[in-house]
Amino acid sequence: MNTKKTSLYQLHQESNAKFVEFAGYQMPIQYSEGIVEEHKFTRNHSGIFDVSHMGQLFIYGDENLTKDLEKIFPLDLKNLKLNHSKYSFLMDKDAGIHDDLIITKTNEGFLIILNAACKDNDFKILKELLEEKYKMVLDENRSLIAIQGPKSSQILTDVVAGVKDLNFMSGNWFSFQDQKVYITRSGYTGEDGFEISIPNDFVDKLTRELINKGSKLIGLGARDTLRLEAGLCLYGHDLDKDKTPVEANLKWAISKERISKGDFIGSDIIIKQLNNGVSKIRVGIKPEGRIIAREKTKIFNQSDVHIGEITSGTFGPSVNGPVAMGYIENEFSKKDTKVFLEVRGKKHPANICGLPFYKKSYVKGATK
Amino acid sequence: MSEVKYSKEHEWIKLEGDVATIGITKHATEMLGDIVFAELPEKGSNVEKDGTAGVVESTKAASDVYTPVSGEVVDTNQAIVDDPSKINQDPEDSAWFFKLKIKDQSEMDTLMNKDDYDKFAKETSA
Repeated sequence: MNTKKTSLYQLHQESNAKFVEFAGYQMPIQYSEGIVEEHKFTRNHSGIFDVSHMGQLFIYGDENLTKDLEKIFPLDLKNLKLNHSKYSFLMDKDAGIHDDLIITKTNEGFLIILNAACKDNDFKILKELLEEKYKMVLDENRSLIAIQGPKSSQILTDVVAGVKDLNFMSGNWFSFQDQKVYITRSGYTGEDGFEISIPNDFVDKLTRELINKGSKLIGLGARDTLRLEAGLCLYGHDLDKDKTPVEANLKWAISKERISKGDFIGSDIIIKQLNNGVSKIRVGIKPEGRIIAREKTKIFNQSDVHIGEITSGTFGPSVNGPVAMGYIENEFSKKDTKVFLEVRGKKHPANICGLPFYKKSYVKGATK
Repeated sequence: MSEVKYSKEHEWIKLEGDVATIGITKHATEMLGDIVFAELPEKGSNVEKDGTAGVVESTKAASDVYTPVSGEVVDTNQAIVDDPSKINQDPEDSAWFFKLKIKDQSEMDTLMNKDDYDKFAKETSA
C-alpha cells in the first residue's frame, strides 16, 4: 500500500523529521531535538503538531440531522451552541467504542474530527446509520494542525487576529491570507491550545509563520507522552471495541439528559453499567521506581493474582518518571491501591492514582 | 595502549589488563533517542558473550544491552541508572554501563575496530 503524505511533508523533511508510518501516512515521530525536549518545549512554550492525517468530517443538515445524530452519539446535541464542541464516541450496539472524536456544531451542520486509523470505517458506519440522508464530506482538501502550550495563544493571535477570545471547546471561522480557516480552542496535550483546519495549499505558509513567531514543530512521539501525562486516551490502545465509555472512565462525556431517556446506540449497556457498575475500569498507574511498564504489561494484586493490563505506558518528561494507564478489576481501582507490574519477568510495585499525571491549564474564560 | 573494539549490537568495549569496560555507542544512542531508563547486570553475576546484560529504554521502546564478551561483572555505573540522560550526553566515556573481569581474551578478536564499526553503522542505518 502506498503511504500518504500530508501537505507539511516538505517542511517536516526540512526540519530533520524522523518519519514513521502511522495509519497509512508518513508522519514525523520526532525532529532533531528529540521527544523529551519537544515535550518540554510544548509544556513551557508552544508546539505545532501536524494532525492532518485525522479525519475532518463535515456533515450538512438542519434539526433533522441533529435528531438523527442524537440517536448515534450520547450527547445533548439540540442544546449544543453554535461553534461549541464536545468529546464523544461512536459506539456499537454493545457500547464498544469504534472511535473517540470531537464534534462541533457549525452553521451548516456538524464537524467531526476522527482518528486517522478509524476515519474511513467511521464514515461508512455513519453513512449507513444516517441512511445517506445528508451530505457528508470527509475533507481531504483541508489540513489540520494543532498549536499547544502556554505561548500558543499569543503566537497564533499574532498570525490570525481574534483567536484569543475563543473559550475552551469552542471555535469559529477566521481568515488567513483570505482563506477560511476553522479554529477551535482545544487539543490533546493537557495544555491551552488550538486546532486549525485550513486548506492544504495554505498550511505550509501558516505553519512557517507560527514557527517564525517562536513555535516549533513537535512529533507524534511527544504528542503521545503529552497526552498520557494529561490522562487522555489513545484509540487502539486505551479504547477499542472491547471497552465501553463507562469502563474507560469517560462517563463525564455522556450527557445526563440523554441517559435519562436512553435511545442512542449502546444506551442499554451504558445505562446498565452506570446502574450496576463495571467489572473492569480504566485507571492511572504510577510505578514506584523508574521502571517503565508499557502496553500489555500484566498487573497483579498483593496476592499475586492477575487483575489487569496496562494499555499505555511511557516515561513522562514533565512528571520526570514513568506513567501508565490500564484496565483493572473494579475492586482494585481505588486510589493508592498497591499493585505489581510484571516487566521482563520481575514484579515491580506501583500505585493506582488519579488522572491526569500532569495538571491541565485550559482556558475557561478567555480574556476579552 | 588499550584499544576500543565494537560489536554488531552497538556496544563498545575497552580492555585494560583483564578488566573490560562496556557501554553503548553514540550511534546506538542516536538510533534510540532520549534514554529514560537503564537497567544493569548485578555485580558478581556472570554474563556470557552475546547474552543480555541490561536494558535501556527510550520514550518509545525498550532495547536489550548485550555483552560482547564473557566474564564476571565487577562494577556497574549507578550514575546512569540515577540519570539515564547521561547516556545520551556522553555514551562512549563517562556513561559506561558495566565492567567485566573477562574469561577469554580471544573473544576480543571477534569484534570490530573503529573504522570497521563506523562503516557497519553507516551501512545498517542507511
